Amino acid sequence: MEKIKKGVRLDHISKIYQDPKTGKDFYAVKDTSLEIEPGSFVTLLGPSGCGKTTTLRMIAGFESPDEGEIYLGEEPINELTPNKRDTAMVFQSYALLPHYNVFDNVAYGLKLRKVPKNEIKNRVLKILDLVELTGMEERMTNQLSGGQQQRVALARALVIEPSVLLFDEPLSNLDAKLRVSMRTEIRRIQQEVGITAIYVTHDQSEAMALSDKIIIMSKGVVAQMGTPQEIYYHPVSEFVADFIGEANFLKGRMIGKNGSNAVLEIEGNSLNVPDHDGMETGKDYTIVLRPEAASLADRGGMPCRVVLSCFMGSYQNYHVMVGNTLVKLEEHNPKNKRIYQVDETCSLVFDPESVHVL
Amino acid sequence: MLKNNKSSAPFYTDVWFWVKLMVFVIFVLFLIWPFSSMITNAFASSKAEGFTFYNFNRFFTKKYYYGALWNSIGVSVVPTLLSVLLGVPMAYFMTRYNVWGKKVWHVLAILSLMSPPFLGAYAWIMLFGRAGSVTQFFLNHFGIQMPTIYGFGGISIVLTLKLYPYVYMYTSGAMESIDSSLEECAENLGSGKLRRFITITMPVVTPSIAAGALMVFMSALADFGTPMLLGGADFRTLPVLIYNEYFSEIGGNGNFASAVSIIIVIITLGMLLIQKLWVSRRNYVMSALRPPKEVEVHGFTRFLVTLVPFLITFFSFLPQLVVCVCSFQTTNYSSFTGGFTLDNYTGLGKRLWTAIRNTFTYSTVAIVFIVVIGILMSYAIVRKKGKTGGLLDLLLMAPYVIPGSVLGLCYIVTFNVKPLVLTGTAAIIIISYIIRKLPYTVRSASAFLMQMDPSVEEASINLGVPPMKTFWKVTARLMLPGVFSGAILSWVTCINELSCSIMLSTGKNNTLTIAAYTDIVRNSVGSGAALAAILTLTSSIILIAALRVTKGKIRV
Ligand SMILES: Nc1ncnc2c1ncn2[C@@H]1O[C@H](COP(=O)(O)OP(=O)(O)OP(=O)(O)O)[C@@H](O)[C@H]1O
Ligand SMILES: [Mg+2]
Repeated sequence: MEKIKKGVRLDHISKIYQDPKTGKDFYAVKDTSLEIEPGSFVTLLGPSGCGKTTTLRMIAGFESPDEGEIYLGEEPINELTPNKRDTAMVFQSYALLPHYNVFDNVAYGLKLRKVPKNEIKNRVLKILDLVELTGMEERMTNQLSGGQQQRVALARALVIEPSVLLFDEPLSNLDAKLRVSMRTEIRRIQQEVGITAIYVTHDQSEAMALSDKIIIMSKGVVAQMGTPQEIYYHPVSEFVADFIGEANFLKGRMIGKNGSNAVLEIEGNSLNVPDHDGMETGKDYTIVLRPEAASLADRGGMPCRVVLSCFMGSYQNYHVMVGNTLVKLEEHNPKNKRIYQVDETCSLVFDPESVHVL
Repeated sequence: MLKNNKSSAPFYTDVWFWVKLMVFVIFVLFLIWPFSSMITNAFASSKAEGFTFYNFNRFFTKKYYYGALWNSIGVSVVPTLLSVLLGVPMAYFMTRYNVWGKKVWHVLAILSLMSPPFLGAYAWIMLFGRAGSVTQFFLNHFGIQMPTIYGFGGISIVLTLKLYPYVYMYTSGAMESIDSSLEECAENLGSGKLRRFITITMPVVTPSIAAGALMVFMSALADFGTPMLLGGADFRTLPVLIYNEYFSEIGGNGNFASAVSIIIVIITLGMLLIQKLWVSRRNYVMSALRPPKEVEVHGFTRFLVTLVPFLITFFSFLPQLVVCVCSFQTTNYSSFTGGFTLDNYTGLGKRLWTAIRNTFTYSTVAIVFIVVIGILMSYAIVRKKGKTGGLLDLLLMAPYVIPGSVLGLCYIVTFNVKPLVLTGTAAIIIISYIIRKLPYTVRSASAFLMQMDPSVEEASINLGVPPMKTFWKVTARLMLPGVFSGAILSWVTCINELSCSIMLSTGKNNTLTIAAYTDIVRNSVGSGAALAAILTLTSSIILIAALRVTKGKIRV
């Protein structure tokens, strides 16, 4: 039975909490609007305390928004209690029922729905097969490894065939290796089932690896929403650029135009960068330069002085000073390249097309 | 600030609103109302018109009365200090060394704390009283006259030996929660053992010692059975005064007894506040990632560290043995003659069965209510705090602050007149049990609930199971171990309840405890011993069975 996929829409959502210390109200989530397409995998990414969990819990119905409306598909769901919402959540702590075995944990949501016994059995076994836990039906949950418990939690959420799957840092209790294999697993299962998934994490590589779209949050507001590439190559703010990957920020003033390029003066050098709408001569701009986008040469770019040179295996790590600005860069595959030593003066080169102007 | 309230359902559809309301109604009806009537009562008198301080004047001008206040303070402060002296070292050795028979001493400590309130006094009279066997032995063989057991000294010793387990249990709980890395760190920095104990261990456990000491103080101050038996004619404490004055104020309304009650409540309240203020300034929250390891000692050292808990628990458990032995001895009026007999038991006849039936009916009915209210209430306190959670918490302290005899008096003055006449019924005894013993269950259940991951409940709701169904299917189910250990304490303390029920019972409602106590007071020592032995044995069996089931996880 094919279910109609549903998206999720947040319309000017705010959540106000009281600071337990000062007793003052503050916005944990502020005036957030989002549109999540049916069948897509979206991650909420941001530093600790930025409101990711709060947003997710509002979608699940554990918190009710103080302002705004949440839609599941076309239906407004603010009024629905969590048990009436067509969402299923996978918790960070797995939240398995300790007094049930694996089979009963997975069957738990179905039993309530008065699904006939043999159908329950079929569906549970099918899902357990999907998460590769066949043969573990009789185990109690404390006899499972962390990764297995996580898969039971996932199976339990999937088996009720919700419209939307919600994840709150589901992998943060696992070790690094398992985390990587589990995330591939989650992505595979999501695509196989074709379900809409919203995933909270503060691990950026997890977000990159999993998502169709990433939503970067900061202090209760959405800083940027876009595909991983958009976010990485065209961050809208220093915050986003810095949060995703490493970034160098070079500050400069626009001194003129050169065809379709803008000319910036940065630390006494002039640089042609791609123009974008509304750039004006005389104004200050910041460019974002990713460490892997630049390299060192004897001449031809911005003069600089090496302050750190460190072999990292797959790349040589440099810190250089361009005027008063520190720039970090990674020279990949350094084996056959000239290695610059500390205190050498040289030149920082990069393709102006690969920088992004804020 | 703009809020769209349409998202939150109206309060009266929330089950937890009704639960809280129900709890409040119960407490208002059976705690706040009776207590307020008693206050009004204290400011009235048959000797004066309208509002009057007559009773308080009388109390503070007659040595006979205010002397009892000093006596009460004395027999509360001294056992508190002595309990710290016994409880802290015992906790230290028990948590840090490979003491022999550790579990046995631990169980014995719990058993003495949970023993009937008059048991210690009775047993010490049997041993060291005027006709006591030890006294007689010394007198006849060595011509030595033992110091008297009656009065201040005897009461203090008996109360200490019963109540020190509070300090021991609270302190050992705290000592187990010190992360071993903290002490290792101090050791690394070169602190000696004693210095480490003083600078690291003591500050961390002091709040717990204080909490245990406060429990000792409040229980000693409220104790009725011990000073009644050991006080004799001229050493009265406040609870004794309340009882005597109420029952001797012929046709009176308990005006004077009410005034005494207020004084005793003010003292406990004051102590509680001092302790709260003091603890709030030094609260070290600890959760041991690595609980401290036991030190392995051998030979004579091991014998020495075992000796401490052994001696303490031996003397505190002695009364229970004495009572059992006495119950099989022949008596001649009010003294034992030494032969073996079962007459003490068989002579009880129908009275025994009435007492047993009453004890178990009352305590079982009470415990059913306590468990249901306790589950709901602890959930409301822990998970549905809101604005009223703190108030619920406060109401829970009330039974600790109000001594049993005071609550008994409150009930008498309130419920022997319309609109609600309950005196003389079994219901009033059961209600007093519920109000006084509910805190054990709520506290234990809330402590358990606080450690439970709330996302398990959320997961269930999220999977479509409605909140109330989730509550009974998942939460209540998972809370059971916490509820169980609390309910056992509530139950055993109900069975052993004396100070309140003795004021409320009219003879036909006598429980085992009341029956045993009245027999002892009336010098019918044989049947008293038999009843007390049955009582002790029952409590011990329940506690030991419960400790087995919970693998020792019962905390007072
Ligand atoms: N029940 C609550 N009462 C008061 N404040 C709260 C409550 N829950 C969360 N907050 C606050 O709201 C803010 C957002 O919290 P939230 O849990 O959404 O953060 P998060 O982005 O999930 O962080 P993390 O990555 O650490 O999980 C935080 O400042 C948090 O302290
Ligand atoms: Mg979070």
